[in-house]
Amino acid sequence: MQWETVIGLEIHAQLATKSKIFSASSTDFGAEPNTQANAVDLGMPGVLPVLNREAVHMAIKFALATDADIGYRSVFARKNYFYPDLPKGYQISQMSLPIVGRGSVDVTLDDGAVKKVGLTRAHLEEDAGKSVHDAWQGQTGVDLNRAGTPLLEIVSEPDMRSAKEAVAYARKIHSIVRYIEICDGNMQEGSFRCDANVSVRLSGEKEFGTRAEIKNVNSFRFLERAINFEVERQIDILESGGEVIQETRLYDADKDETRSMRSKEEANDYRYFPDPDLLPVVVEQSLVEQLKQTLPELPEARKARLMQELKLPEYDAAVITADKATADFFESALDASGCTAKLASTWVTGELFSRLNKDGLDLSESPVDVERFSGLLARMHDNTISGKIAKQVLDQMWGSGSTADEVIDQEGLRQISDSSEIEKMIDDVIATNPSQVEEYRAGKEKLLAYFVGQVMKASRGKANPGQLNELLKQKLNS
Amino acid sequence: MHTHSIAAIRRHLSNGDYSSKELCAHLLARIKQLNETNNAFIEITEKEALSAAEQADNTRASGGAASLLGVPLAHKDIFCTKHVRTSCGSKMLKNFVPPYDATVVDKLAASGAITLGKTNMDEFAMGSSNENSHFGSVANPWDNARVPGGSSGGSAAAVAARMVPATTGTDTGGSIRQPAAFCGITGIKPTYGRVSRYGMVAFASSLDQGGPMATTAEDCALLLESMAGFDERDSTSIDQPVDQYSAELNRSLDGLRVGLPRQYFSSDLDAPIADALQQAIEELTRLGVSFVEVDLKNQSLAVPAYYVVAPAECSSNLSRFDGVRYGHRCDGPVDLEDLYKRSRAEGFGREVKRRILIGTYALSAGYYDAYYLKAQKVRNLISQDFTQAFENVDVILGPTTPTPAFKQGENSDDPVAMYLNDIFTIPANLAGLPALSAPCGFVEGLPVGLQLIGNYFDEARLLNIAHQFQQVTDWHLQMPADIRA
Repeated sequence: MQWETVIGLEIHAQLATKSKIFSASSTDFGAEPNTQANAVDLGMPGVLPVLNREAVHMAIKFALATDADIGYRSVFARKNYFYPDLPKGYQISQMSLPIVGRGSVDVTLDDGAVKKVGLTRAHLEEDAGKSVHDAWQGQTGVDLNRAGTPLLEIVSEPDMRSAKEAVAYARKIHSIVRYIEICDGNMQEGSFRCDANVSVRLSGEKEFGTRAEIKNVNSFRFLERAINFEVERQIDILESGGEVIQETRLYDADKDETRSMRSKEEANDYRYFPDPDLLPVVVEQSLVEQLKQTLPELPEARKARLMQELKLPEYDAAVITADKATADFFESALDASGCTAKLASTWVTGELFSRLNKDGLDLSESPVDVERFSGLLARMHDNTISGKIAKQVLDQMWGSGSTADEVIDQEGLRQISDSSEIEKMIDDVIATNPSQVEEYRAGKEKLLAYFVGQVMKASRGKANPGQLNELLKQKLNS
Repeated sequence: MHTHSIAAIRRHLSNGDYSSKELCAHLLARIKQLNETNNAFIEITEKEALSAAEQADNTRASGGAASLLGVPLAHKDIFCTKHVRTSCGSKMLKNFVPPYDATVVDKLAASGAITLGKTNMDEFAMGSSNENSHFGSVANPWDNARVPGGSSGGSAAAVAARMVPATTGTDTGGSIRQPAAFCGITGIKPTYGRVSRYGMVAFASSLDQGGPMATTAEDCALLLESMAGFDERDSTSIDQPVDQYSAELNRSLDGLRVGLPRQYFSSDLDAPIADALQQAIEELTRLGVSFVEVDLKNQSLAVPAYYVVAPAECSSNLSRFDGVRYGHRCDGPVDLEDLYKRSRAEGFGREVKRRILIGTYALSAGYYDAYYLKAQKVRNLISQDFTQAFENVDVILGPTTPTPAFKQGENSDDPVAMYLNDIFTIPANLAGLPALSAPCGFVEGLPVGLQLIGNYFDEARLLNIAHQFQQVTDWHLQMPADIRA
C-alpha cells in the first residue's frame, strides 16, 4: 500500500518585546523564579490586563512578511482551564477574530523545488508559567516568570507531505521571524516551539486521516524524527487493521518516540468567550503603512537580488540569506573587502561557519568580527596571501584578536609575487630533480603538479600559485 | 456631627468647627457600637484612620485644601486596599491582604479622604440582600429584621445608620441602587468605563462599575468627581474629561423631558411604590420637567439575559481562586484535583457556586450560541431601546425596586424571586448607562427609591435632577428613629 503523510504545524514564536503582553514585567530569560511576575502576572484579584502595543506591531509585521491578511479588528478571548502555572484559570488568546489571517510562504525543498505552504492564521496570546516537577520530593513548584510572555501562534494549513517538508517550512518561518526581528528564534530557551499535526492516508484519497498532535518538539532535528516516528506508528496501526485515535502525543527525544498525553475524550472544553477586560484591537491602515516601511528586505527577495546582482549560485544565495545576521555579515564583508561575491560566500559559509560550529558559537559571538574578516578577504583578493595561507591566518586571528595584516606581517606570510624570486626557486627544484625533468619533457605532464608542490614547499606556501604555474611551465618547456 | 453631609463636613472642617480627627474618632465609636447590631462593617481600620485624620488636619493647618481633605468614608470590601484585608465577603479571601490599592481607593485618598473601614457585602457581589456574606448578614437600619439590599448592603446600611457620611459601592445589576433604595440613601452607578475597575475584585467584568453612596446627590457629586476618570491600568476605562458634577447641581430643570417607560409602570409594581413615584413626578413637574411615555420593549428580556452574561463572566473571573497562590486552601490535599475541588468547595458559598455552574454551562461547547451569544444579542436590543428612547427624552425615570426591603430569609430559598429584585436596575448595566437611585418616600415605614437613567456620560444631569428634587423634598433627610436620637 502507498501511504501519504499529511502534516500541519502550529508554531509558537515568543515575541521579542521588552515587557509582557499584558503587564509591565520584563520578559528576560533566566531570572530567578518568580522575580519577573507582578500582580497582573500572578492573577491577583481585581487586577486587569493592558495590551502591549509592541506585540500588536510585531504581529502585523509578520502578516506583512507572509503576505497574510491583517485582522483589522481582532478580539482577545479567554481560553478557560485549570492548571497551577496558569494563574488566572484562563489564558488570554484569540479565537474567532485573530490579528493575522490567511497567508503563505514559499519553501525551497531539498530538490530545489519551491512549494507554497498556506498559513491559516496567526494569533497573539500569553504564555503560561512553568511547573517544576523534579525539584522537590512529591511537590511541584511554579515559576511565573514566563507567564504573560507574548506569543504569536502561527498555524499552517495541512500542506506538508513529509517530515523534510515540515522542517523546511519550520526553518522558513524561523528565518522570517528572525529577519523581521520579532523573535530571537532560540529553540533551547523555548522562544520558538513547534507542535505537529500528523496523519496518514492512502495515496489518492481525498479525506484526511485521523491526526495526532505532537507537542514539545524543541529542535528541527527532533521535529523531523518525531514526525517520522509518528508516521511509521500510524502506518503500522493501519496496516495491522487498527484505527488511529485523535490524541495529543509528547515527543521523547531520549527514547526517540512519541507517547500519548491525552485523548480527545480527556480534552478540556475551553469555553472560549471574548475577554471583557480588553477592547477589540482596531488596526489603522496608516499603522500598517508605517510598519511596512520598517520591514527589512525579506529572505526571498534578498536571495533573488544576490543571485541577480552578484551572480551568486542559488545554493550559496540560499544559505547566505537563510539567516539575516549571516546575510548582513556577508554583504558587509563583501563591501568592505572589495573581493568577489563567490570568495566571500565560500569563506563565510565555509571557513567561518566551520570554526563557529566547532566552538559552538553563534555568528554574533564570532571571535573574528566582520571588519577583521573583511581584512582577511581583502588580502586574498589582492593576492597578498593564498587561500591556503589564509586558513592559517584565520586560525591565528581566531585566538588573538589580531588583524589579518598583523598576522601576515608577524609570520612573514606575504605571498611571493616577485618573479625573479620564484624563478630562482624553480631553478633550484629543476636542478635537484633531473630525472623527473627528463620524464616530464618526455611527455609525462602529470609531473607538473609534483614540481608545483616542490616549489611551494620551498616557498613555505607563499609563492603566488598563478605565477608559479606559468613560470614553471615556461622553464620546463624551454 | 454624624448626621452631617460631606458638603457640611467640608464647611465645618474648613471653619475649624471640629477637626477631622475628632470627627473620625466620633464616627469610629459609633461604628464599633452600631456594628454589634447591624454588622455593616467587616473591617474597622481605626488606627490607620486616626493617624490619617491627624495628618489631614496638619495638612489643612499648613494650607492644604484637597477636595475631600479629612472627610471620612468607608470602602465596600470589594475594593483592594493595600495592607488591609480585602475579603469580598468570602471565606475564600478571608485572609487576603492585597499589596496594592484599587484605583478608586487611590484616587479618594489622593483627594484627602480618610478610610474608616471596609463594608460588608454579598460574597463576590452576588446577591440582593447581603445574606450571602461569609461574615453574616447586615441589618437594615430602618428595620433590623429586614435586609439592607445587596450586594453593597453594608455600604448602604453604614450610611443610613450615619456611621459614616459616604461609602463606595459597586453595581453589576443594581448593587448600588437597590440597597440605596432599601436604606433611604442616594447612590449612583456611573456610565460603564467612567470609573476604573482596577483593583475592584471582578464579578462580571462587562457590567461591573464602582460608584458613590451617600445621603445626598450633592455628596455623590463631590465623591464621583474624585473617583471618576481614565485609568491606563483599565483598558475599558474611557479617556474623556470628568465633568464638574458639583458645579452643575443647580442647573434649572425647566424644559427637561423625562421618559417614563411603560414597562416600568405596569401592574406588577407595588401600588404604594407607584404612588410614591407619582408624587415625585408631580414634584418634578412643578420644577419645569415634562414627562412622556417611552417604550423599552425588550425590558422583559433583561433579567434572563443578565443571568447568562453575568454568571458566564463570573465563572471565568473566579477561576483564579484555586487555592494555589492565595486565598483559601483546603487541608492536606492528596493531589491537584483534590486541592482544586476542596479549596473551591470550601471557599465559595452557595450562591457563588450556583452562578459559577450556570456560567460554566452557558459557555460550554454546544451551548455557547444558544445562551451566551443569544444573551449578547438581547443585550444589544436593550441598548437600542434606550438609544431610541433618548432620541426623545433627556432622562428616564422609574422605580429602583419592585418592593421595599424584604425580611431576612424571605427570599433565601428562591433564587429566581431574589433575582427579580433587580428587574428595574439590570437594564442600565446591560446597556452601560449611568443610573441613580434617590429616596422618594416611604411604604409602611420603609424607604423607597426612584431611579433616574441617563444617556452615556450624563451623570451630571442625573445628579442635577436628584439634587433639585432634594431641594424641594426631605425624604433623603429622614433617619431611622434610633439613629436620629
